[in-house]
Amino acid sequence: MPNTLEVSGLKTHFLMRAGVAKAVDGVDFSIAKGEVMGLVGESGSGKSITGFSIIGLIDPPGRIVEGSIKFQGEELVGAPEERLRNLRGNRIAMIFQDPMMTLNPVLRVDTQMIEALKAHQNIGKKEAWTKARDTLGMVGIPAPDERMRAYPHQLSGGMRQRVAIAIAFLNEPDLIIADEPTTALDVTIQGQIIHEAQNLCRRTGASLIWITHDLAVVAGIADHISVMYAGKIVEQGNIDDVIDRPAHPYTVGLLGSVPSANNRGQRLYQIAGMTPNILALPKGCSFKERCDRRTKTCEVSPEAVERNHRTFRCHHPYFEEVEV
Amino acid sequence: MSAPLLEIRNVSKRFVKKLDVAGKIAARLGANISEETVHAVDNVSMTINKGEVVGLVGESGCGKSTLGRVVAGIHNPTDGQVFFEGQDISALEGVRKREVTLAVQMIFQDPFASLNQRMRVEDIIGEAPVYHGLTTRSEKSDYVDEIMEKVGLDPSLKKRYPHQFSGGQRQRIGIARALAVKPRFLVCDEAIAALDVSIQAQVINLFMDLREEFDLTYLFISHDLSVVEHIADRVLIMYLGRVVESGITEEIFDRPVHPYTSALLAEAPRLDQRKREFAPIKGEIPSPLEPPSGCHFHPRCPHAIGDCSRQAPALEVVRRNHIAACHLRERFG
Amino acid sequence: MTEVVQQDLASERQVQTIDSETPFKRFVSEFFDSKTASVALFILLSIIILAVIAPWITPQDPYDLAQVDVLDGRQPPGAEAFSGYTMWLGSDGAGRDLYSGILYGLRISLSVGVMSGFIALLIGMAVGLLAAYAGGRAENVIMRVVDLQLSFPAALVALMLIAILGKGVDKIILALVVAQWAYYARTVRASALVERNKEYVEAAACLGISHARIIFRHIMPNCLAPLIVVGTVQTAHAISLEATLSFLGVGMPQTSPSLGVLIANGFEYMLSGRYWISVFPGIALLVTVVSINLVGDHLRDVLNPRISTGGGKAK
Ligand SMILES: Nc1ncnc2c1ncn2[C@@H]1O[C@H](COP(=O)(O)OP(=O)(O)OP(=O)(O)O)[C@@H](O)[C@H]1O
Ligand SMILES: Nc1ncnc2c1ncn2[C@@H]1O[C@H](COP(=O)(O)OP(=O)(O)O)[C@@H](O)[C@H]1O
Ligand code: SF4
Ligand code: SF4
Ligand SMILES: [Mg+2]
Ligand SMILES: [Mg+2]
Repeated sequence: MPNTLEVSGLKTHFLMRAGVAKAVDGVDFSIAKGEVMGLVGESGSGKSITGFSIIGLIDPPGRIVEGSIKFQGEELVGAPEERLRNLRGNRIAMIFQDPMMTLNPVLRVDTQMIEALKAHQNIGKKEAWTKARDTLGMVGIPAPDERMRAYPHQLSGGMRQRVAIAIAFLNEPDLIIADEPTTALDVTIQGQIIHEAQNLCRRTGASLIWITHDLAVVAGIADHISVMYAGKIVEQGNIDDVIDRPAHPYTVGLLGSVPSANNRGQRLYQIAGMTPNILALPKGCSFKERCDRRTKTCEVSPEAVERNHRTFRCHHPYFEEVEV
Repeated sequence: MSAPLLEIRNVSKRFVKKLDVAGKIAARLGANISEETVHAVDNVSMTINKGEVVGLVGESGCGKSTLGRVVAGIHNPTDGQVFFEGQDISALEGVRKREVTLAVQMIFQDPFASLNQRMRVEDIIGEAPVYHGLTTRSEKSDYVDEIMEKVGLDPSLKKRYPHQFSGGQRQRIGIARALAVKPRFLVCDEAIAALDVSIQAQVINLFMDLREEFDLTYLFISHDLSVVEHIADRVLIMYLGRVVESGITEEIFDRPVHPYTSALLAEAPRLDQRKREFAPIKGEIPSPLEPPSGCHFHPRCPHAIGDCSRQAPALEVVRRNHIAACHLRERFG
Repeated sequence: MTEVVQQDLASERQVQTIDSETPFKRFVSEFFDSKTASVALFILLSIIILAVIAPWITPQDPYDLAQVDVLDGRQPPGAEAFSGYTMWLGSDGAGRDLYSGILYGLRISLSVGVMSGFIALLIGMAVGLLAAYAGGRAENVIMRVVDLQLSFPAALVALMLIAILGKGVDKIILALVVAQWAYYARTVRASALVERNKEYVEAAACLGISHARIIFRHIMPNCLAPLIVVGTVQTAHAISLEATLSFLGVGMPQTSPSLGVLIANGFEYMLSGRYWISVFPGIALLVTVVSINLVGDHLRDVLNPRISTGGGKAK
């Protein structure tokens, strides 16, 4: 059976007056059925655009210029819009940071959910209603019968996000892309949402891409992790391997700069400089200007290498130190 | 012993949402609307000694920012008093009043909205010191250079406008603006929440360096427990306008007493916990317009007993350097 | 181990900016992205230049009675005047060359429009800023007055005022100011309300800066963008309003004929087939007003508060 998703050599560029923004510039990964992949990176690293590319929601001036996205063996790059629309919300669903991207402010929750069901299934109205209500219950909404009649603005932020998640899971998709769904929420509500999403994935066997800038969240839920920097995945692998023994200097820096009980009151490790402007990336390794391991070799852009159970793009990965 | 640097005593802040004309008419006609009162901060007391870093933690809407603004003198408290070096700040006048105003400065969350987009960095930083005579117009340029150096900004960029800087640099400009009036106390309201992870570490380090160099005292407001654990000496936990637990940092993080604090700590994602089960506490954060009766936390509290919905627990000593407001504090303590 | 290049590492102090274009440069380049707006601006500038240099490029000063010959009256476009020049656009009933008349008329129309617009802007801005900053009862009272004013059509307000004040250039300007200030006040208040609640205003208060300084140094400059948009559009309104009043015979006096006066003067000849006396000034008015509006519309798009690119991470 093919992997749920195989992305290879994906490049999504924005052709603008100011230049070409290479938002996603050569991304490869694959996700097996039921797997959870965490996609982490700082603002502007291309996480969301990767997600949008997969569900085929890139608007001009953006364009997938290269690469392939295979969903259950089927090529999505270049597939007719009709086919993509059919997959979207049905086999592949997306959850956004702002639930109002999913919800229509002027329609009641039940109307929207029934519509979402009927769009992809041959199902009676009554049956659809029951299914919608049950799904609301599953994402931890108390008194789902009542909430079905509510308008989105009558719900709190956390509730709205739950409704959006319920809609995403309605048709029991095989792949869910969650783009920072808890970033705007409070810690206790974030815990609830992660809990519901985890449960649903487990129950339906869906694969999940969880996009976030928060390493700790990814550590808590993912099987695999991909770290993005300036449009490329600079390191990916098993969650324990990457977090306990990071190879790429950027991953090392990110992990080091997370405050924790171990470094109380001490200076944190800090990555020098700032997140790069995607329109003016340095030649060679994009991380070079902030990296304290760079050498002349780094003037050449590092290719993805597979070693020690992971893939990374760096000429001088950290674990080599031990070998020398 | 001398007075603490800053003390607030029984401070409350209420916001009343007045009815507009249409609302008033509707109310007359018998519609079920009335003026709404938000108890943003409800009877909070605390002291902060010179040189301390006090962390203020809580979920959104619990009144952290409002309390910070009262401390910084942006809001006047509805009830209660704020003392600076033992003096009630509402009773101050003249030179002393200005001194205290300048001594307490605030760093804001939003690196965009907190800087005036139409002013050059030089004027953003230099305006107040010139205005208050801390420097002269002719020496302003050098004065600004010096402060920009201190916060790690290149002084040659001072003729630029805020939009030409990154989020982290903008936050440094905000810090420089505050430092320019030689404050002794900084209220940092979610000052790093809007920054990228790698930039957060830079700014946290900057705060710690400045603390040493200028002998600063901080009220550090954040929803991020790990950041607070990292930099604070003492922590206050707020829930719906009230302080529910406070104490020195190790106490709070290692031996939390209040069920809400325990829940926060349990929910906070941590790097060393893999593929964990999130076992969240139930329920939503209630609206501060109609907080639950008794202990505000009772509808979500897994340990609530009958008394909890009737009577609000008072803050009482659990151990040395540790107070909590829970009827069952002895059981958890 | 690998040899690490010994270069002083770009550290915290890295000199790199997100966006080194000045706001003005970016504004200019975005403005000229629109062809329509560029053309409109070009036409508008040409009109203004023509109006300014009118005395040097017209064959006749239409106000100088010595240069006007009644016998040249009502000539069709292209006819030759007695003094020898060609009247490309014909002449009006009094024998004035229409080409000259239109350019001189433009001078008057434009200056009345711009002057009244500017005064209304100043008054409206002060009132709007005050209302937004003061809040409470003062704001309520001010804004009710503004609402009241806005509920009357501007032309009606101006007509009533002229009826009370009488004719004259100063009276017209006054009437136009009264008819318009409320638009500015409303615009400024709306943006000042947004600005007032931004953190930079709180920061200024925290720094002990006076109210007056906060209003004028901090809030006001941030409210200018929408004002410029409203200003252009309102100036176009003022010009057509003035033309309307003049057409109705209560506007500019015959001694300083604006485009409206020229149109009104020609109107009586329309039925006799001498269309040009009204139509050419009409076209001039139309082109002026439309080009100002097009420029204003596009300004609105370009001056919209933008979201800068940056390392900022939205929570
Ligand atoms: N419509 C667009 N036009 C031009 N550039 C764009 C567009 N959308 C995104 N980009 C650029 O693509 C890059 C990646 O954007 P993306 O939204 O994927 O970042 P992200 O990793 O999701 O960041 P965040 O954490 O802020 O959500 C950024 O540099 C962004 O400026
Ligand atoms: N200026 C204001 N007017 C009315 N209500 C306010 C105002 N400022 C804050 N509030 C309310 O007070 C409560 C506490 O707000 P805030 O202190 O900003 O919370 P936090 O910073 O903890 O998220 C919220 O319910 C908020 O809506
Ligand atoms: S390739 Fe070189 S510059 Fe890039 S991350 Fe690796 S060591 Fe650093
Ligand atoms: S007082 Fe009762 S409801 Fe409140 S935290 Fe303690 S046990 Fe829970
Ligand atoms: Mg994103
Ligand atoms: Mg806040």
